[in-house]
Amino acid sequence: MASPKALLHVHDLETAYGQSQVLFGVSFDVGAGEVATLLGRNGMGKTTTVRSIMGIVRTLSGTIHFDGRPIRSLPSYRVAQAGLGLVPEGRQIFPNLTVRENLVATAANRNASAEPWTLERAFRLFPRLAERQRHLGNQLSGGEQQMLAIARALMTNPRLLILDEATEGLAPLVRAEIYQAVENLKAAGQSILIIDKDVKALTRIADRHTILEKGRVVWSGDSAALAASEDVQHRYLGV
Amino acid sequence: MRARLVLLIVGIAFLALAPLVATAFDQLFYIDLLRRVMIFAIAALSLNLILGYGGMVSFGHAAYLGIGGYAVAILAHHGIHNGFLQLGVAVGASALVALVIGAISIRTSGIYFIMITLAFTQMLYFLGISLDAYGGDDGLRLAARSDLGGLVDLGNSTAFYYLVFAVMIAFLYLIHRIVNSRFGMVIRASNSNEARTRAIGFSPYPYRLAAFVIAGAMCGVAGYLFVNHTAYLTPDFMHWTRSGEIMFMVILGGIGTSVGPILGAFVLLLLEDLLSGMTGFVGQHWQLFIGLFLVLVVLFAKRGLAGLLPGAQRND
Repeated sequence: MASPKALLHVHDLETAYGQSQVLFGVSFDVGAGEVATLLGRNGMGKTTTVRSIMGIVRTLSGTIHFDGRPIRSLPSYRVAQAGLGLVPEGRQIFPNLTVRENLVATAANRNASAEPWTLERAFRLFPRLAERQRHLGNQLSGGEQQMLAIARALMTNPRLLILDEATEGLAPLVRAEIYQAVENLKAAGQSILIIDKDVKALTRIADRHTILEKGRVVWSGDSAALAASEDVQHRYLGV
Repeated sequence: MRARLVLLIVGIAFLALAPLVATAFDQLFYIDLLRRVMIFAIAALSLNLILGYGGMVSFGHAAYLGIGGYAVAILAHHGIHNGFLQLGVAVGASALVALVIGAISIRTSGIYFIMITLAFTQMLYFLGISLDAYGGDDGLRLAARSDLGGLVDLGNSTAFYYLVFAVMIAFLYLIHRIVNSRFGMVIRASNSNEARTRAIGFSPYPYRLAAFVIAGAMCGVAGYLFVNHTAYLTPDFMHWTRSGEIMFMVILGGIGTSVGPILGAFVLLLLEDLLSGMTGFVGQHWQLFIGLFLVLVVLFAKRGLAGLLPGAQRND
């Protein structure tokens, strides 16, 4: 199943924070145009996997290919330039920049997307941001910040969008709004890697799932298989 | 917003009219005083670009004041009085030195950045002292003020005043444009969250370095004006307390605010002039009161004096 031809190909990835190893040989793929997920309980290594891919934490060993190019141990800005757009856990929008500035400051189309993201398109995806465009980042609600973080990543025209806990701590309605946007993005052909806990929503939206348990991949399969195996859901996800 | 605009216009009008009033009342001293204040306002404006917007706590900004000054004084010492040439050398040398200092110091951050910028400035200060050919420790009288052709006669106190005034307003506008450009956005973004800026595809280093060089070059202009103002150059231009003074102006006026540095320069220097002119205890220990004032501002006005202005908002 793992194939170096995938858009993102992670193989046998190992990462440690100081003396304590966190990832023990994580492997998975994200195909072009696909929506994939990383699932698992808290502390199982999902965010560390993402941070390893993005070059934010140093990895011990393994390979990470993006579009056939090795990207492991590149500095994070080079990884981003290669076409990975991370919406980080905790959103981390720039509080001292306005909504509009947050979007414009780091916008880029390095991989020559035929239909590059524009402010108008971002505002169409999240109309609320248009109303708030003159406000500073730290004056937004949590949901609006999340929308801004997603839109900011999209403005770099990423070939793979990575959402790390994008709906964490949000009200159900806002959460639904975010998932709706993700579905719209998928329909437009955007490849997405989602880290989240909402199995119900994700089996509807995503194509493929990888479950992590204590830094190891313990299950992977498609949405139908995940939805069918309540046993897996119960054992690894606690639902 | 409107109240701010009115205040800004009132301030500019006041400065524009001040020489006329001073001349009418035969108080030419005040033209000199305000001119000196505005020269420091220019230096503070340039520091604010990197300190306020870029988060780079440069404790060596007086270095460029000195380099601008030395460029003029050394050329004049050798009989070259062309003010445009001197300006070119002052700006070029400041930018070059800023490039070297920045290239090394911006690789560090926090306390190390402060120490490295301070160390470089101390090196330049002692270099100035060791330059016996140019007065060494005692300094050097400026052979003649910069000759700007028929454009501005720097020997004319009022004309020189208006030149400094124009430069200050021009720099205020220029920095406003820089800060709100995409370049400025990246600078501000990496100030608030460097890791995030990286993770979204930008290495802050070249942006910061560019801002550092721009700020150094701008402060070089202040040095150019300052040596023409004092007509005397000493290594004290680059003394570390001078760097501290410029930093005080920025903090007092409001870090990362557009007019804050100008406000800070005016309040600090005018207060200094006022207190040190007093008799008795206050006049003798005026620094004590300035220090107290600074502490109060830092404690109770988080955005500095600019933050106390009506309509002051978070963004500006």
